[in-house]
Amino acid sequence: MDLLNNKGEQNQSVGGRILSLIGRVLLAISIPLIAFYVLYQGFLFLRDSNAPQIIITLVAIVWGVGGVAILYWIFNNLVERLSDTWRTRLLPFVFVGPAMAILAWYLAIPTLRTFWLSLFDRNGPPKGLNVLQQLSSDAFVGLGNYAEVFQPGGLMFLAFRNNLMWIIFGSTLSVSFGLIIAVLADRSRMEKIAKSFIFLPMAISFVGASIIWNFIYEYRPPGQPQVGLLNAFVTGLGGQPQAWPQWVNIAPWNNLFLIVIVIWLQAGFAMVLFSAALKGIPEELLEAGRIDGANEFQIFFRIMIPYIQGTIISVWTTIVIFTLKIFDVVWVMTGGQFGTHVIATQFYRQSFTNNNSGYGSAIAIVLLIAVIPVMYYNLRQFRKQEAF
Amino acid sequence: MESGKRQKLLGSLFVNGTLLLLVVLWTIPTLGIFVSSFRNRDDIATSGWWNILPHREWQPVREIDISQAGLDPNGVMEIEGISGTFEEFRAGVETPNGKRITWIGNKRLGKVEVQERVWTVSWNFTLGNYQQVLGGQNFEFKRPDGTVTIVPGDNMNRAFLNSLTVAIPSTVIPILIATFAAYAFAWMKFPGRRGMFILVVALLVVPLQIALVPLLRDYKALNLNGTFLAIWLAHTGFGLPLATYLLYNYVSTLPRDIFESAFIDGASHFTVFTQLVLPLSVPALASFAIFQFLWVWNDYLVALIFLGGNPEFELVTQRMAAIVGARGSEWHLLTAGAFVSMVLPLAVFFGLQRYFVRGLLAGSVKG
Repeated sequence: MDLLNNKGEQNQSVGGRILSLIGRVLLAISIPLIAFYVLYQGFLFLRDSNAPQIIITLVAIVWGVGGVAILYWIFNNLVERLSDTWRTRLLPFVFVGPAMAILAWYLAIPTLRTFWLSLFDRNGPPKGLNVLQQLSSDAFVGLGNYAEVFQPGGLMFLAFRNNLMWIIFGSTLSVSFGLIIAVLADRSRMEKIAKSFIFLPMAISFVGASIIWNFIYEYRPPGQPQVGLLNAFVTGLGGQPQAWPQWVNIAPWNNLFLIVIVIWLQAGFAMVLFSAALKGIPEELLEAGRIDGANEFQIFFRIMIPYIQGTIISVWTTIVIFTLKIFDVVWVMTGGQFGTHVIATQFYRQSFTNNNSGYGSAIAIVLLIAVIPVMYYNLRQFRKQEAF
Repeated sequence: MESGKRQKLLGSLFVNGTLLLLVVLWTIPTLGIFVSSFRNRDDIATSGWWNILPHREWQPVREIDISQAGLDPNGVMEIEGISGTFEEFRAGVETPNGKRITWIGNKRLGKVEVQERVWTVSWNFTLGNYQQVLGGQNFEFKRPDGTVTIVPGDNMNRAFLNSLTVAIPSTVIPILIATFAAYAFAWMKFPGRRGMFILVVALLVVPLQIALVPLLRDYKALNLNGTFLAIWLAHTGFGLPLATYLLYNYVSTLPRDIFESAFIDGASHFTVFTQLVLPLSVPALASFAIFQFLWVWNDYLVALIFLGGNPEFELVTQRMAAIVGARGSEWHLLTAGAFVSMVLPLAVFFGLQRYFVRGLLAGSVKG
């Protein structure tokens, strides 16, 4: 292809070549300019327009998805016009560049910026000063925010305790239920349908799940008909109705009524992974155990669990990370009242309600530190892959 | 032999019984709001949704006029041969012949009902809840005592469209960007390749909370806050590490020969990418797309922060949370709204369950 092109160009007159060069340069400049202009107009339209909503929706989808595709096409086109060496040098960055730029802007650099913010008081580093001046200003509090975060009996102390409950009960029970269901389903003829039903809550949002469970916990004063399932059940057995998650008398155990929701959502996830892992156990292994006279419980604990240990650990880790960051359920169900604040809800409250960016950022850094062991493990696994 | 068979039968009974119990436990919460969303406003407020099942209930057979019977609610009264005070009758007094006498309402304007216990179902189903939740106009309600309340609609329609506007590009854009990057990592050589990929792996589990405050500052400085572009990019950024990682795992296993013959035929990287890699990666793209879509559709925190201030752009999750906050006890709205918010994810889930499970097994779980 390239050879043919070069020959064609050599046959042209000098004037023609200059004209075509100018044309190509103009094209190379004008296409991106026109594209950027159109995209910018699209942005303004979406931001300011009063058109019917369905039109805005359609324009937004076409603009957003098409815009990204067009940007790739343009940059690829520009690079393809360069000489061979420059093309091979630059093309990989056209492909990988946008991803890296976004990762840097959205995750990598914010991590450093959040750490920087966490060293200052509620208003952040004073604007218009250089780094040294910021460090010597009154706003610089060093590790003061962290001291406050870890202060015994402080706001965060409660959040840490609750989050620990979330992690312990949430992950253990999700994994246990997932495992029990996977093993039972494996031996049942209703396997497929049963798994679908258990799995279904995974498609439901936390906000939706919160509503579903709020309805179960709905409280009516004694004597009135209870419309919440749990209270109807309790009063049916002669007990007193309670507003379960709000029941401060039993704090911190009222957190369990929130944790149930995550178990309900996550057991299906655990089940699917365990189910696949169980199917990977060689049948001969189980047969051998049975011939040696092991009963089903021994087979479960001595053969199955050790065999799928790896899966159990990775599912466990995933759910631990997940419960560490739990936010929506608590925020919608109780708003953190009644002693149910967790790390992420306190982060939100401090950062966005109280506008205390220093304290909020320190909480976010604590969350980050909590996942560092997993990050380290991931990186070590990656280093073991020789192929890369 | 006989006892072995028995044991097998017992075992299967135990397995299936326990499984059934767990399935029922897991399904009841969703079933409860599904049924309730079709029940009448007053029914939901006064009786549990399980009353759609046959049950026994006191129902009036006769009314007694207070003034005609000459009852004095301040003293001990005798009704139908039973004597009692106002408080006792108000709670309901059962007669020996299986009837119940109940004073309904207050002392002066109330009435007395003779009730019998009958089998009944509460099947007063309606679509009204959905109409009110979806629409934006006002609705009138007649209370039993005749007063009329006007309730604004909840405009879930708008929220639904907004959620679509956010979710579709927030699913496609990261996948497109990640596939380009995955292709480069897998099939191109360039300086810094390994370092960049290590960054991707390291960012897999970084909690997104870490980025929210700095990003909000950037968005405010760029005047981007509260726009769709802002939230698309945010979801793209937060979904990108996992997308790149998973798609790299897939794209790097595509057979090398296909690429080589294409390059020999003079195809450019871009052509190979659009004509070969994208079509061949459809299963992996679909798996990840489902996850990203569900994640974005169900997201509350990111929307709260980057779209929070603008009611025009409220998403389904925000709308629902707002209804919980403002009218937490209006269950006819909450149940219908919750179901509206679940319709699309459930459809995606049931329609594409195969890809969903495949994605899970490939590790589509966000850190």
